[in-house]
Amino acid sequence: MSDTPHLPSSDLEAQTTDPPQDGQPAAASQEEARRASHVVWVSGTEEPSWMADSTDEGAQEILPDVADPALDVQRGTQVADDYVEDDTADEDERQIINLGPQHPSTHGVLRLQLELEGETIRRVKPIIGYLHTGMEKTAETLTFLQGATNVTRMDYLAPLHNELCYSLAVEQLLGVDIPPRASAIRILMTELNRVSSHLLWLATQGMDIGAISMMLYGWRERESVLSFFESVTGLRMNHDYIRPGGVAADLHDGWEHEVDSLLETLPAGIAEYEEILNENPIFLDRTQGVGIITREECLAYGIGGPIARATGMEWDLRKVFPYSGIDLYEFDVPTGTHGDVWDRYLVRLEEMRQSLRIVRQVLESMPAGDFRTDDRKVTPPPRKRIDESMEALIHHFKIFTEGFKVPAGEVWQSVESPRGELGMYLVSDGGAKPWRLHVRAPSFAAVQALPVMLTDSLVADMIATLASADPVLGDVDR
Amino acid sequence: MSGTVEQSTLGGADRESVKRTAPDLITALKQAYSDLEFSRFQPNSGPAQDVVTVGPERLVELAAFARDAGFEMFVDLCGVDYLRRDPRFEVVVTLLSLTPPARLRIKVPVSASRPSVPSLTGVYAGSNFYERETYDLFGIDFPGHPDLSRILLPDDWEGHPLRKDYAVGSVPVQFKDAPRSA
Repeated sequence: MSDTPHLPSSDLEAQTTDPPQDGQPAAASQEEARRASHVVWVSGTEEPSWMADSTDEGAQEILPDVADPALDVQRGTQVADDYVEDDTADEDERQIINLGPQHPSTHGVLRLQLELEGETIRRVKPIIGYLHTGMEKTAETLTFLQGATNVTRMDYLAPLHNELCYSLAVEQLLGVDIPPRASAIRILMTELNRVSSHLLWLATQGMDIGAISMMLYGWRERESVLSFFESVTGLRMNHDYIRPGGVAADLHDGWEHEVDSLLETLPAGIAEYEEILNENPIFLDRTQGVGIITREECLAYGIGGPIARATGMEWDLRKVFPYSGIDLYEFDVPTGTHGDVWDRYLVRLEEMRQSLRIVRQVLESMPAGDFRTDDRKVTPPPRKRIDESMEALIHHFKIFTEGFKVPAGEVWQSVESPRGELGMYLVSDGGAKPWRLHVRAPSFAAVQALPVMLTDSLVADMIATLASADPVLGDVDR
Repeated sequence: MSGTVEQSTLGGADRESVKRTAPDLITALKQAYSDLEFSRFQPNSGPAQDVVTVGPERLVELAAFARDAGFEMFVDLCGVDYLRRDPRFEVVVTLLSLTPPARLRIKVPVSASRPSVPSLTGVYAGSNFYERETYDLFGIDFPGHPDLSRILLPDDWEGHPLRKDYAVGSVPVQFKDAPRSA
């Protein structure tokens, strides 16, 4: 660690703590004061006092409450969509509560610092990073072929979407054409993945607000999807199945029957959930009008997916920027109107139905052909050739050791993940490893917008809102 | 291809903007900022990707113009370290227009000596976490940010890991009551 060069952050610090110069506009000095209100500590210098307390997160903690319009936007206090208005309580009646990082309902290691006034949440600050494993750095050390094993671990509830997005980005730079069968398999797998991801969300959303039986049912149906994934890819999660150039292996014999039985059991399951929840007065009371976010806030915070569609935004990347031949299939984009937890529930439920509709169409129209491109730059020679030809053996060896080279360039690729827009920005310098892979995680955007959904609502509603944002912390922290 | 999307797939848009097409949006930007360098990358599949390069001093102005012109959705902000290139860093902002569907990528070259890009939080509230992430992993300062601090790494982390001169190493994990490793 100590020999790694480090940047001029001491310069940054010096800049932040400089006293404002005389004659500067008031706004500038206000900003200086704000920046000076927390110290960014650089190792090697004297430890600030907060370092003594090991649970203190220092600069990442919630800031002192300063009346500053720049912060209002971040807190979501600018929009009058919240329903609790009571500013009469004393300042000293406010208390700061930590939710997480360990808590049965936080869906991973997310920590929320809440400033409460009685039972009303006045301010929220999400503190993340507990699951950060430097996957973007790791991606720079893996070849383009190995990269899919890395990205699949980010959003572990929708691993196939991560693999698909990554593979599409690499293929854009490579300029290879993907056979129709490979594209159809990709759509089949990712749409089933959307169903399994939404099922897990439904299970946890139900349990978080007291519908314990939902937890059991959701996992039960999801298990049947994961069993299918296991029979196709060999793994229940982290498949590394969709790779640059196609997919890892063709579908096994009898996959049609397995998909067919999924198409029978899953809609029946979804109908059952509707029966349990749609008329359940407790579920209705705890979701309707809770955790509201508006269309404008979704735009400013870059939120797509079910959360944005629940506000009435008819926006689905599968429709507007179709990928992997998704435009060959018919499906509808469900939207809500209120942008609350209830509408997100309705949207996700309908999305599962639409995904199954796509899966049925793929099942009925699965093209014959190869499951990966025959471009020899990316795909190794067939097994038979390796037995016969030394050159083919060397070719095979080179692809799996050195890796194939990808032309220099930079590209943006995004897919509609179950959580919203999953984007990847891939830069290649012409070598066999990415120069830079940035992942724009949908959960990261959702966590950032949690203060917007939570400010001025009740503590009891917080868990329902958090569950409905459906953040996956592996995706947030990467 | 973005222009061919049927109107039925677009919700909540005013009629005025539905008539425009994606190239119109870019043309409007080009007219207002004729001195900037625009380029277009056409991948073998999917829509063309429009890229504009702008210096840090004009980023906020350009982003505000782009937002008012129709790029209303903030999608992403990230850093890239090109190490041997001058200027060394690049901050890449990705914006999205819903009606008509179009993407815009703004690239901001940043010098290595004092990497600093004005904060976009005044234009797009959502750039907050992304700027913190870029500060955390690249050490690029964002003056004007309301709460610039590390976000993914602990406060006492040394260095900025996504810089190319930061080695991929291992960090000894300290378990409770275990002897401290060398």
